[in-house]
Amino acid sequence: MTKTYEKYYVPAQSPWPIVGAVALFCIAFGAGHFVIDISKQQSGFGGWLLLLGLAILVFMLIGWFRNVIEESMSGLYSSQMDRSFRQGMSWFILSEAMFFMAFFGALFYGRFIAMEWLGGASNNAMTFAILWPEFQPSWPLLKTPGGIETQAMPAWGLPAINTFILIVSSITLHFAHTGLIQNKRGQLKAMLGLTLVLGAIFLCLQGYEYVHAYRDLGLKLDSGFYGNTFFLLTGFHGVHVTLGAVILLFVFFRVLKGHFTPEKHFAFQAGAWYWHFVDVVWVCLFFFVYVL
Amino acid sequence: MSAISSEHDDHAHDHKPSGIKRWLFTTNHKDIGSMYLIFALLMFFLGGAMAMVIRLELFQPGMQFVEPQFFNQMTTVHGLIMVFGAVMPAFTGLANWMIPIMIGAPDMALPRMNNWSFWILPFAFLILILSLFMPGGGPSFGWTFYAPLSTTYSNDSTALFVFAIHIMGISSIMGAINVIVTIWNMRAPGMTWMKMPLFVWTWFITAFLLIMVMPVLATVVTMVLTDKYFGTSFFDAAGGGDPVLFQHIFWFFGHPEVYIMILPAFGIVSAIIPTFARKRLFGYASMVYATASIAILSFLVWAHHMFTTGMPVFATLFFMYATMLIAVPTGVKVFNWVATMWRGAMTFEVPMMFALAFIVLFTIGGFSGLMLAITPADFQYHDTYFVVAHFHYVLVTGAVFSIIAAAYYWLPKWTGYMYDERLGQMHFWCSLISVNLLFFPMHFVGLAGMPRRIPDYALQFADFNAFISVGGFLFGLSQLIFVWVVVKCARGGEKATAQVWEGAEGLEWEIPSPAPYHTFETPPVIK
Repeated sequence: MTKTYEKYYVPAQSPWPIVGAVALFCIAFGAGHFVIDISKQQSGFGGWLLLLGLAILVFMLIGWFRNVIEESMSGLYSSQMDRSFRQGMSWFILSEAMFFMAFFGALFYGRFIAMEWLGGASNNAMTFAILWPEFQPSWPLLKTPGGIETQAMPAWGLPAINTFILIVSSITLHFAHTGLIQNKRGQLKAMLGLTLVLGAIFLCLQGYEYVHAYRDLGLKLDSGFYGNTFFLLTGFHGVHVTLGAVILLFVFFRVLKGHFTPEKHFAFQAGAWYWHFVDVVWVCLFFFVYVL
Repeated sequence: MSAISSEHDDHAHDHKPSGIKRWLFTTNHKDIGSMYLIFALLMFFLGGAMAMVIRLELFQPGMQFVEPQFFNQMTTVHGLIMVFGAVMPAFTGLANWMIPIMIGAPDMALPRMNNWSFWILPFAFLILILSLFMPGGGPSFGWTFYAPLSTTYSNDSTALFVFAIHIMGISSIMGAINVIVTIWNMRAPGMTWMKMPLFVWTWFITAFLLIMVMPVLATVVTMVLTDKYFGTSFFDAAGGGDPVLFQHIFWFFGHPEVYIMILPAFGIVSAIIPTFARKRLFGYASMVYATASIAILSFLVWAHHMFTTGMPVFATLFFMYATMLIAVPTGVKVFNWVATMWRGAMTFEVPMMFALAFIVLFTIGGFSGLMLAITPADFQYHDTYFVVAHFHYVLVTGAVFSIIAAAYYWLPKWTGYMYDERLGQMHFWCSLISVNLLFFPMHFVGLAGMPRRIPDYALQFADFNAFISVGGFLFGLSQLIFVWVVVKCARGGEKATAQVWEGAEGLEWEIPSPAPYHTFETPPVIK
């Protein structure tokens, strides 16, 4: 190997990890109690603890990232360090992909196996005859074996527009990146800003779609397997878009402050990878949840 | 393989911060490794205490000491603590301590995140243990939390279980990312992939498995949460779902998970056997390929846990044959370990004794696994004590024995002192005898039809169960000797040399004992 090894920066002690651990404790313990409280329709400390945990988490993230940015701007990070960050981000995205894969797997299982078997497919004629002989397997599952009815979300209205918006936002983000690499700061700022606007529009339209689903279509989280997968997949995707947008927003502020060089811009790169990733997830979602 | 050609100046920066802040704020892989190991040991005793409750109740037929509901909580939390709180953190601790040293890196790649990964764990287990004191009690559905036990029929406190699992998962994923990036990016010049010690290789593959499957665990607990509290019906046929779907998702996580708990053990044994046989490891490359094959196959065998739950015959056949295929790479490993010892100049210090016990007893667990893989036979064995015997052979005499072996092997490097060999041998023999009293008869009661996870049993199992319980108590007590040895070793004793063991090779044996606080601030050159 002919790599040259610079000194690898090992940060001195840092208070942020333990603060983050306390935050996660408050979030998990609070969220657990909050959910229990909701289900029993009682009031308790859960919700407040959850909020406190989130506040501590935000405080931790600000402090931690401030340290990291300061270290980065003062040139402590070697290119080997930069590779560590990039590889870490890539593996994190793989783990996120597996999270969605499992939901997609559940969707396929419910659609192609559970529903068909409930309808008597394979060797399940008696299951069908004894349990729910009225059940008609068809996807989207608009009437569950138990009898809950709902309507399907059509693909070619709002969802198609949203798909277009998100794909365009990925393209604008790519041009922001080329702007950064070619040191065209104007193009960088404009394209990154445009990406953020498109992301915000996407989220607003998603919110509108949820209202539409609940109010007009009767499509709810608890309306059977179709509603379950619809809301959990689009919901978790929406959370990830929000997270991606927040990352890009902070990247945008850093761009305005003149951070990042054509050679070194890990934070931008990571935010962009994440954005492209949620975009790819959406395309899968559009086909498997809405169209097919 | 790994002679250092340049001198270092490791001692110049060997200052440790003092007080509690050293541990709370640390970014040092050795401190974090130590914390992981101590935490794992505490959890080992906590989970072990729960096992003692289980064995106490099962000492005699009939209900004696605890309520069935509490018994269920004990089996559940015992499993969760041993898997997520003892074995996995112990391996992560060993990885933290040893991997940077073994590959000549100054620290883990992302040191602050490393500390975060650790500190999440005590909090996660605090939540899990607190849930036991909730009204209605804690999780009582088995560590596999099958739906509808965990949805329709579970306690109110299930949400706490779900969120505790979530943050444990976050910790594991961050830990795994750190390990994999460290190995990929931080190897010293000349430390090529095929020169890496096998412990590093096996952990590299383990970290990959963790990144792939921990998110799947997050998915499945999320579905349990929404099914129980928010009216979804993923695991409810009336809403178009299927309880069997739970098992598919869970075991897609669960089977790679059991290899997460054994692959690092393979790495440890592959380090110890050559040292005490004073020979190079036989078939290094085949060991690497076998580990990778096991990891790949682990994604294709999950439904062998579900032969009795209902699957088309072709699926059953596929999973049966795929499972049996795993015996091939595993056999390669066992063969290589034995071949390494062939005509070696062997000595039998405590790490070697535990490693030898590992080879024999893990192989027994592997063979009972092959028996379980045979679908028609599994119809008989499923959910009996035979299964309990099988996975305790691979997890206790496999994973836990390897961790103990690793602790003895590297203790002199960590503390700078030799442990008490006589006490260590005593610990080994007490453990070896009691663990077989404990788990071997479980095969027989299982084959005779005694179901697992039930607090009472038919009278004909009484003698065997009393015997098993005595074995269990003895095994529990034997582990106190281990604590004694570790504490004694940490406090002093015969000074350890840098190489510690006569036949030891590798970077960790070329730095002083105890290992300086910071190692390899400039990378060594490996020839």
